Amino acid sequence: MYYIDPHIHMVSRTTDDYETLAKMGCVALSEPAFWAGYDRGSVDGFRDYFRQLTDFESRRASNYGIQHFTWLCINAKEAENVELSREVIAMIPEFLDCSGVLGIGEIGLNKNTRNEAIVFLEHIDLAMKTDEQILIHTPHLEDKYQGTRMILDMLGSDSRISRQRVLVDHVEEHTIRPVLEAGYWAGMTLYPVSKCTPARAADMVEIYGPERLLVNSAGDWGPSKPTAVPDFILEMRRRGHDEQLIRRIVYENPLAFFGQSRNFVFQRPI
Amino acid sequence: MPEKLTAEATLEREYLPVRGKILEIAAALDRITRCEGSNMHDPRLKQFHSALEILLGAEPDRAERIQLLFSRPYEENWPVTLQMPSL
Repeated sequence: MYYIDPHIHMVSRTTDDYETLAKMGCVALSEPAFWAGYDRGSVDGFRDYFRQLTDFESRRASNYGIQHFTWLCINAKEAENVELSREVIAMIPEFLDCSGVLGIGEIGLNKNTRNEAIVFLEHIDLAMKTDEQILIHTPHLEDKYQGTRMILDMLGSDSRISRQRVLVDHVEEHTIRPVLEAGYWAGMTLYPVSKCTPARAADMVEIYGPERLLVNSAGDWGPSKPTAVPDFILEMRRRGHDEQLIRRIVYENPLAFFGQSRNFVFQRPI
Repeated sequence: MPEKLTAEATLEREYLPVRGKILEIAAALDRITRCEGSNMHDPRLKQFHSALEILLGAEPDRAERIQLLFSRPYEENWPVTLQMPSL
């Protein structure tokens, strides 16, 4: 089955991973900008990173028949440096017309601080002024519930936002309901320990249905599994779910969400 | 749920994995008990006990309630607490 991984950090992965993903049916992926594992020191550091995301990485993916899309921002982990964050936000428009750029992301909260919230709001403002879609990171573990609710409060306070153009990612059992009920897309991240397993993601599909629901690997430089989406496909098949439902979640839904971005040009596989 | 997946079939499928996971929890708690020093009053152990009590219930939202148990509470007044610019 062809599938799309809507959230994976390929700059942290090897070329062998691209080959494996292609062999397992991955035809496209989207890569949100995120934390490098250390705080970047200048706006030029981000400019170089955005060049990598919009140029080199898409070429590396295309060698394996995978279409690469991306999202740009300064990650919440670096938002405590508000001055640098503002410089990066001011620089992002240089890249918004590059092919494959789907919007602003992954913005969000990490430790739910004031500075993170301020930088989040300023990213939202940029997205509204430039008519971009938004991909949102929600915090980990004990901070997730509080942070997700704060994010929903901030989104709900901005009447300019079209909710169907916003993806709230890394939802779990305690956050999926308010996200879907508010009209946003929800992403389930399949991580070995700290987020969601394929079985629990399948449970949530059974409880909430496939509408506005995505699954992703969020593969990155930490413990993660870039082939986690095929694991989800297998889990759904083992439970007897039909191929149409599975395909909707791992292929049609990402197309529907990404399709709202002006830079989303997708070549359907033959 | 797909038609084929009955409660009996699901239990059949989940029995050994669940048994294994319960055993892992038991062994981890034994390991903590065996170690030197006392942490009986560590709030994380109390969280474990509360979580295990949730598992004994019959409601179909155990996973959601376990998640909330391990979560910081949400305060509606956070914009005031953080002195945010007006939302």
